[in-house]
Amino acid sequence: MLSESEKHEILEEIKLYPYPNAACIEALKVVQHHRGWVDDKSVKDIAEILGMSADEVDGVATFYSRIYRKPVGRHVILLCDSISCMVMGYNSIYYHISEKLGIQFGETTSDGRFTLLPISCLGNCDFAPSMMIDYQLYNKLNIETIDEIIEKYA
Amino acid sequence: MDKPLTKHIKPGAPPLNIKEFLKVGGYAATTKALKTMSPPEIIDLVKASDLMGRGGAGFPTGTKWGLVPKGGESPGQRYLICNADEMEPGTFKDRYLLEGNPHQLIEGMIIAAFAIQAETAYIFLRWAYKEAESILRKAITEAYAAGYLGKNIMGSGFNLDMYVHSSAGRYICGEETALINSLEGKRAIPRAKPPYPATIGLFGKPTVVNNVETLAWTSHLIENGATWFKSLSKTAEGGTKIYGVSGRVKNPGLWELPMGTSMREIIEEHAGGMQDGYKLRGVLPGGASTDFLIDTHIDAIMDFSSIAALGSRLGTGNLIILDDRTCPVAFIHNLEKFFALESCGWCTPCREGLPWVEKILWAIEEGRGKPEYLDTLKFHTGYLGPGNTFCAHAPGAMEPLQSGLKYFREDFIKHINEKHCPWRS
Repeated sequence: MLSESEKHEILEEIKLYPYPNAACIEALKVVQHHRGWVDDKSVKDIAEILGMSADEVDGVATFYSRIYRKPVGRHVILLCDSISCMVMGYNSIYYHISEKLGIQFGETTSDGRFTLLPISCLGNCDFAPSMMIDYQLYNKLNIETIDEIIEKYA
Repeated sequence: MDKPLTKHIKPGAPPLNIKEFLKVGGYAATTKALKTMSPPEIIDLVKASDLMGRGGAGFPTGTKWGLVPKGGESPGQRYLICNADEMEPGTFKDRYLLEGNPHQLIEGMIIAAFAIQAETAYIFLRWAYKEAESILRKAITEAYAAGYLGKNIMGSGFNLDMYVHSSAGRYICGEETALINSLEGKRAIPRAKPPYPATIGLFGKPTVVNNVETLAWTSHLIENGATWFKSLSKTAEGGTKIYGVSGRVKNPGLWELPMGTSMREIIEEHAGGMQDGYKLRGVLPGGASTDFLIDTHIDAIMDFSSIAALGSRLGTGNLIILDDRTCPVAFIHNLEKFFALESCGWCTPCREGLPWVEKILWAIEEGRGKPEYLDTLKFHTGYLGPGNTFCAHAPGAMEPLQSGLKYFREDFIKHINEKHCPWRS
């Protein structure tokens, strides 16, 4: 069941578009904002509000890389693996984080603290290598400072 | 030197709020355009300036606006969309404009919307640009409160509502018809063209999609005119351009410079030259989907026609540097991995071809390559090239590959012969 606030936020989004189904991505983001990810039941609930089939909503949900259809950790580390960050040495950052947390790209730590994902270019190329944790951007990463950043997230 | 787009941007400081923006002459162009000019006059002015779209393709902006059916031909809703889904790897100029001067963009959009008689405008914003999102939302609220958005703007009878749509990822959203599908809440799959968005776009209505840097020009054109715009440039293509450099240079960053500034000046003067111990081997002049240029092209003039004459594209004008301590095969593999991942999956050549190219490149990089692999890569650049796919995604992906095979052929052969990447210990 969607919560009252989830429903309310979705209905507000619908107002911005001439057709309810245009708010599909926004609706998925609302649910993800509240729950961290989008479960099957929520896909059905969103479909009902927007007058779509659950499969249509899932087709949209699975297309977009920032909609999670599986549970993620409390914090999501998005490490840029695109070209400028590669040239500036993202690889050593990846191995360092991976070893420290004991997870590879696509995995979540056993305590549910972190999920580590690769991300396409963050548009922060003049400060490469770059990553984002819960929408907070980090610049000019190096293996000396990265532990300190990660420790900030409980 | 005139820097109209960035003169009010102070890196590290918050952007001008509406009061400060008004103090430096902001929204004067809106009043002038809405009260003293007709929509066709504005379109003629933009046409006369020859402003070329700054999103990468360089399509003439005035022509794009002129294609929208007007008045009696097409009663009802029209839409303006600002494409702020900046996701071309190595490109970061729009973020700078969005975060640095949101009212400049809003003003540009008001005038553009008036010119095409659109009463609704969307800013399609990259999900990762969270700071830009809150800055834009605040600025839009200010503009409504001051009467520059909403009903009967400045008593002109023109109405405009403006919304920010924050995206949910995927590079293909930058393709204008895919962007329109995404804004309609659908999978971001490009549409068949024709019809072009100018006639059938968002929700089936006439729609113009312009890049952030393009729309930022509108108010300056209204205030200063087409001749002034052309005088800013070093070449026949007018205006300034926000150039950027990333990679192993001393001072990576962005600079607003006259259109047609040389690559040498951008890299050596503004970016401070290569870092000590690194040599320049190649440059992608305008993002990941542009052909390589090499060290002998260092004096290239960075405008659309000059870079095209060298077999590449100006694209976004944000340069990515390949240095001598980075393996060109690994570099190109990284690009193709990105394009394979970001294929929308709609047409077969792109969906199947790009992962195949990526796998072959990885095999070569890991020392498992065979001489015939180079031919396989070569024919893919044709099969995935222009005309063989539904949109420009795969052809764009083939640009750095085809030029990479030409300029770095010896490096590919060395990988295959030595069964090892020479850059790995």
